[in-house]
Amino acid sequence: MPRIATRLRFADRLGSWKARWAIGRDTYIVPPGLYALGSPDEDAPVIVTANYKMSYDIVRAALDGRDAWLLVLETYGINVWCAAGKGTFGTDELIRRVKQSGLERVVTHRTLLLPILGAPGVAAHEVAKATGFRVTYAAIRATDLLAYLDRGRVTTPAMHSLTFSLWERLILTPVELVQALKILLPVALVLLLVGWLSAGLSLGVSLAVALLGAVVCGTVIAPALLPWLPGVRFAVKGTIVGLLWSGGWALWGAGSLGPAARLGAVLALTVVTAYYALNFTGSTPFTSRSGVRKEMTSALPAMASALAAAVLLWGWAALS
Amino acid sequence: MHGFRYLENVATLELDAPNCIGCGRCVEVCPHGVFTLNDAKARIVDRDVCMECGACARNCPVGVISVDAGVGCASGLIAEWLQEKNWRRSSGCC
Repeated sequence: MPRIATRLRFADRLGSWKARWAIGRDTYIVPPGLYALGSPDEDAPVIVTANYKMSYDIVRAALDGRDAWLLVLETYGINVWCAAGKGTFGTDELIRRVKQSGLERVVTHRTLLLPILGAPGVAAHEVAKATGFRVTYAAIRATDLLAYLDRGRVTTPAMHSLTFSLWERLILTPVELVQALKILLPVALVLLLVGWLSAGLSLGVSLAVALLGAVVCGTVIAPALLPWLPGVRFAVKGTIVGLLWSGGWALWGAGSLGPAARLGAVLALTVVTAYYALNFTGSTPFTSRSGVRKEMTSALPAMASALAAAVLLWGWAALS
Repeated sequence: MHGFRYLENVATLELDAPNCIGCGRCVEVCPHGVFTLNDAKARIVDRDVCMECGACARNCPVGVISVDAGVGCASGLIAEWLQEKNWRRSSGCC
C-alpha cells in the first residue's frame, strides 16, 4: 500500500496552479485506491476523496501531521463536487473501492468520512447495506477535517455552510477565461486583421482589445463583483459590466468608427460579456438548474436579438 | 449561504413529509440549510435556496424527496438541448 506525505512540494503547488489555468487539467490524476497518510493503525479514520490530484493534494495537506487512511475514488480526474454531480464520485464506485482495497481487514471501525459536497453522488444507506461501512458526511472543506476530528467528530454549522468569497470566486476564473479565449482569441485576431486592412492598425488593435476586454469582463470581472452587481440574474449582471466596458470603449477608444458601427459593437460586446457571466452559473455553488434554465429562456432570445441588431447596424454602416 | 440568492419559485424540490422517517440525512447533506427536523419529520424551511444538487434525494433511505438535479451552467444546458435535438454530441461543463 502506498504511504504518502502530507507536505506538498513545489511540484504539487505548480501542478495545482497549472490546473487552475487549464494546463494539463484533464490528466492531472492520481491512481485510485487506499493510501496511508503517516502511520495509520486499525483505528485511524478513513477519509474518502476524488482522484483529481488537486483534490487529493488538498486533503492530504489538510491532514498534515496525522495518521489516516485516504480512500481515493476513480473520478477520472474530476473534483468531488463535479464528479458527484456526474455520479462517478458515487455509490457504486465507493462500494467497489471499499471491497477492492480490503478496507474491512485494514481497519476495525466501520466509518467512512466523506466530504458533504460528495453527497449528490453517494447513497449512504446503499453503501452501508453493501459494505457494512457507515457513511458520515464530515464537512464541506477539507481544511475543516482536523477540527472535525479533534472536536469529537462534530460538524459545526460553519463546517456545514457554503461560502463563495471573492478569493473563492477569483480562483475559478482563469479556467473560464482560458476556455473562452480558445474560441474568441482567433476571432480577435480576425478583427485585428479586418480593422487593420480597412482603416489602419490602430482600429484593428482597438477592435481586438474591445473584444478581449469584453471576454475578461464576463469571465473575470463579473464573477469577482458578483454579490455587488445589481439583480439576481447573471446575464443582467453581465450586461451591466458589459455596457460599462463597451460604452467606455465606444466613447474613448473606437477611433475612426462611425456611430452605427460603434452602436453595433456595443451591442455585440455586451452580449459576449453577458453570455460568459451567465455561464458562470456553472461554477457557483448556489444556482439551481431550474433557475439557470428559466434565466436562459429569456436571456438567449435577448442575446440573439441584440446580435442580429448589431449585424444590421454593421451592414448599414458598411453600405452608407 | 449568506449574500447569495438566485431566482425564486423555480426549485423542483419536493418532500413527501408524511412518509418521512426522520433520519436527518437530508439535514446532514444539504449545504444550504433547506431542511430542518421537527418532531422527527423533515421540513423544507427555505426552498428558494435549493441549488438542486440532489444530495438529499440520493441519501433519503425511504425515497420521499425528489428533485430534478443536473448540470446547471449555460453551456452545459445548451449542449443538452442540442443533444436532445440530435444536433451535436457533447458533454457539459466542469
